[in-house]
Amino acid sequence: MQSQIIDALTKIVGQEYILTSPEDLYSYSYDATPGFQNLPEAVVRPANTEEVSKILALANTNKIPVYTRGSGTNLSAGTCPMQGGIVMVMTRLDKIIELDSANLVAVCEPGVIVGDLNTAAAKFGLICPPDPGTVKTATLGGTVSENAGGLRGLKYGVTKHYVMGMEVVLASGEVMNCGGKNVKDVSGYDMTKLFTGSEGTLGVITKLILKLVPAPEAKKSMMAVFKNLDDAGNSVSGIIAANIIPATLEIMDNATIKVAEEYSKVGLPLDAEAVLLIEVDGNPIVVEQEAEKVLNVLKANNAFSVQIAKTAAEVDKLWACRRAALPALNKLRTTTYCEDATVPRSMVPKFLRAVQDIAKRNNVQIGTFGHAGDGNMHPTIVCDIRDKVEMARVETAMDEMFKAAVDLGGTLSGEHGIGLGKLQWMEYQHGPVTINAMKAIKRALDPNLILNPGKLVGEC
Amino acid sequence: MSNEITAKDVNEQDKALLKDIDNALENCSKCGGCMAVCPMYKELGVEGAVARGKLSLMQGVLNGTFPISANFDKAMGLCVSCKACSANCPCDVPADELIIRGRQAVVKARGLSPIKKNVFKLLQNRHMFDFALRMAGLFGPLSFKKLPRPMAAVARFPMPGMDAKRVTAPFSATPLRSQYPETIKVDKPKMRVAFFTGCTINYAYTDVGQSVINVLKANNVEVVMPSMQHCCGTPVFTSGDVDTGKTFAKHNIETFERYDVDYIIAACGSCTEAFKIEYPHMFKDDPAMKARAEKLSKKTYEISEFLVDVLKFRTDNLGPINATVTMHDPCHMVRGIKVTRQPREVLKAIPGLKFVEMQAPDRCCGSGGSFSLAHYDISRKINDRKVADIAGTKADLVATSCGTCRMHITDGLVQNNLNAEVMHVIQLLDKSYQAGKK
Ligand SMILES: Cc1cc2nc3c(=O)[nH]c(=O)nc-3n(C[C@H](O)[C@H](O)[C@H](O)COP(=O)(O)OP(=O)(O)OC[C@H]3O[C@@H](n4cnc5c(N)ncnc54)[C@H](O)[C@@H]3O)c2cc1C
Ligand code: SF4
Ligand code: SF4
Repeated sequence: MQSQIIDALTKIVGQEYILTSPEDLYSYSYDATPGFQNLPEAVVRPANTEEVSKILALANTNKIPVYTRGSGTNLSAGTCPMQGGIVMVMTRLDKIIELDSANLVAVCEPGVIVGDLNTAAAKFGLICPPDPGTVKTATLGGTVSENAGGLRGLKYGVTKHYVMGMEVVLASGEVMNCGGKNVKDVSGYDMTKLFTGSEGTLGVITKLILKLVPAPEAKKSMMAVFKNLDDAGNSVSGIIAANIIPATLEIMDNATIKVAEEYSKVGLPLDAEAVLLIEVDGNPIVVEQEAEKVLNVLKANNAFSVQIAKTAAEVDKLWACRRAALPALNKLRTTTYCEDATVPRSMVPKFLRAVQDIAKRNNVQIGTFGHAGDGNMHPTIVCDIRDKVEMARVETAMDEMFKAAVDLGGTLSGEHGIGLGKLQWMEYQHGPVTINAMKAIKRALDPNLILNPGKLVGEC
Repeated sequence: MSNEITAKDVNEQDKALLKDIDNALENCSKCGGCMAVCPMYKELGVEGAVARGKLSLMQGVLNGTFPISANFDKAMGLCVSCKACSANCPCDVPADELIIRGRQAVVKARGLSPIKKNVFKLLQNRHMFDFALRMAGLFGPLSFKKLPRPMAAVARFPMPGMDAKRVTAPFSATPLRSQYPETIKVDKPKMRVAFFTGCTINYAYTDVGQSVINVLKANNVEVVMPSMQHCCGTPVFTSGDVDTGKTFAKHNIETFERYDVDYIIAACGSCTEAFKIEYPHMFKDDPAMKARAEKLSKKTYEISEFLVDVLKFRTDNLGPINATVTMHDPCHMVRGIKVTRQPREVLKAIPGLKFVEMQAPDRCCGSGGSFSLAHYDISRKINDRKVADIAGTKADLVATSCGTCRMHITDGLVQNNLNAEVMHVIQLLDKSYQAGKK
């Protein structure tokens, strides 16, 4: 990078907040996605909208790529600076500007950690429901930009259902506002939704207006073990058919059960084909009634065993086994690809079977768990990225897996985003017309293609 | 020219220094979970400060992106070894240990920093070490101004490497082990224990050592303080100087083996951890030494753990202490030897004492052994959070189980104009026994 650019950036953010040593650049060459890494040429940590605006104006004039970064926990290489340029870290914009309990709204800067907003909202008996596995580390900006989901998606929806408005700095450096505190708002295109889930390719979010909801008063958790996968699938449909929307409805397949049991020793039978974890929440009386109904559905569908957590410790134990799924798989091998192909709810058993076949056929180890209630599966491939021969098999398996999901009417990504990881299947899912429309939007808002170039819609 | 060393040669050599932890580093999934708990990241907010960043820097050396550079050295130094990352890592990556391995590589590639080199040379010689620290005790009153609170001092004139306003522990004029005979006898002893005093207790916080002895005497336990014992070696080891660290370990193992005791006790998390966990680990490639280390490891307890789990200390003759007390869990207690219940049981046994838990009692206080010497500004910031949590409890007393934590929190309280006092758990128990006699 030319030294004039470095000087100009230094002037904008101050000496302390620009990093250029090889070691510092290396620290921002990766995120949580295995297999993607490239050195940026400068890392800046702006303090406010004004600095962000100046940085973008400078980059735009000089056609320098800008990679906006929150905490760098995304799983789609969304923050990897594949073409060098500038990594812009948003974590210094970390203020909760307003908690408006009358309007059930929080106004925050994008660097606020999701969990910290929830801690602050809890004082008013409120929650901001999106809860990716990374609540304690992920920023709101990254979470909105990935349109992240989490365990409570079935009942509470995903991040996009809670974004009411935002301040965005466009590629040109101009500052734009959209949405607001209005529950109903049909004034113009829904720009808020457009930028939500745009993975840093359309603009840089500098302020967020988020919807809050009352925290549920009571919760009840239970776990059901199935010897037959279809019984588990039928239970999921049965619960929904009984007009119950659990907050959480999670499934683990046999491969995952085996490693999770090995890891957490909660006593799961190793020949179980599936485990369902269910949590209903809300008004205490309704919670009791719903738990009862869920129990009946599980029994009617041949659950081998059902456990209802009675104490806080038992709740913890049930969830420990679900929480163990990813770490346990993680630990089997050095490299873990946690994917998030998603299918319509009714297709979950079919998809799980397809993944198991693909794993066997390609001699690849895959454990699948995920959010059965909303069809968002996490087929997790464990391998060693340094082994070229194995990686060729992994690639074939991934290709087959994503196509299987799309062929079942599903989607490549339920919550982790496209970034670079799943780019190659975008056209398979959407077809050329949709892809071209997406690219047209990208080119209109970022004519010099400086924002996270090459991601989400690929080269334009 | 054939004998010219190229950048590539340097890289190759540096790579070799980290080769054996290649797999361990690869196990880090880069999930970033450590960002939630790393005190260093909380203050500095940059990737190079958190475990994930430091592990990846080592990978950078391994894949030849840069050599073991001054910046690499600096990054490895930005860690208080609080183990919070490892304790919360979903992939069980022992990041704190790997960072120490990174420092070892720095020592091999670049040598120790000149200050540390001198200090460690001094440490190597037990007599010299004793002499130097005694001198500090004798002449301490000249260079440290005593504060109107027990066991606290500020440097009276600028000391090299020490912030002028910083409150430290005064060096004692007479080290603990010189205040007593080697064996402290009691009538018809219930058992016999060896007391590994560690440096802070022997040279600075002798009051803690006295309390340990008083409490054990009150419980009819005979105490031996092996006179040849030496620094546990942890500060040297964590700075990356493995060989010197091992020399210390070997010396201590040989020393304690010579005594026929039922148990070995220490009154500090790190000292206990050295005997209990680190020594066997250090000699993992030397089966004979490892077996000897393990034999001692099995007998070693932290004092509160010993009182509660082994000795079942007397509670019938405790007198009241009317104070509100909160507890700070030192890193090496909570995540090293995993002892947090026992000190609380000791405190809660004391009549009149009101125990209030502070927020995040297990969050690092920022001292990080010698970390605070090199980076007082950062460690002060980390500590200010701890002090704010203490203030939230309105406690009169902060109990803890580590000398360096005690020193650093005392400093924090003074800097923030708070009146609470910091004491070792065992001192409170000692006071309660004294009160019971009245
Ligand atoms: C162990 C683990 C578990 C996870 N579990 C879940 C889960 O359950 N559900 C789920 O949905 N995801 C999950 N994720 C993925 C990830 O944690 C989430 O997507 C998270 O919300 C990303 O936040 P971040 O701050 O790390 O964003 P980053 O990774 O820093 O950035 C993500 C994307 O947002 C863009 N971006 C960041 N900030 C801004 C901004 N201010 N303006 C514009 N663009 C911006 C970046 O350019 C990038 O494209 C998981 C990840 C891991 C490692
Ligand atoms: S050290 Fe552990 S917690 Fe930190 S990024 Fe690596 S795997 Fe995640
Ligand atoms: S040991 Fe503590 S300071 Fe060091 S990297 Fe881990 S969490 Fe951070």
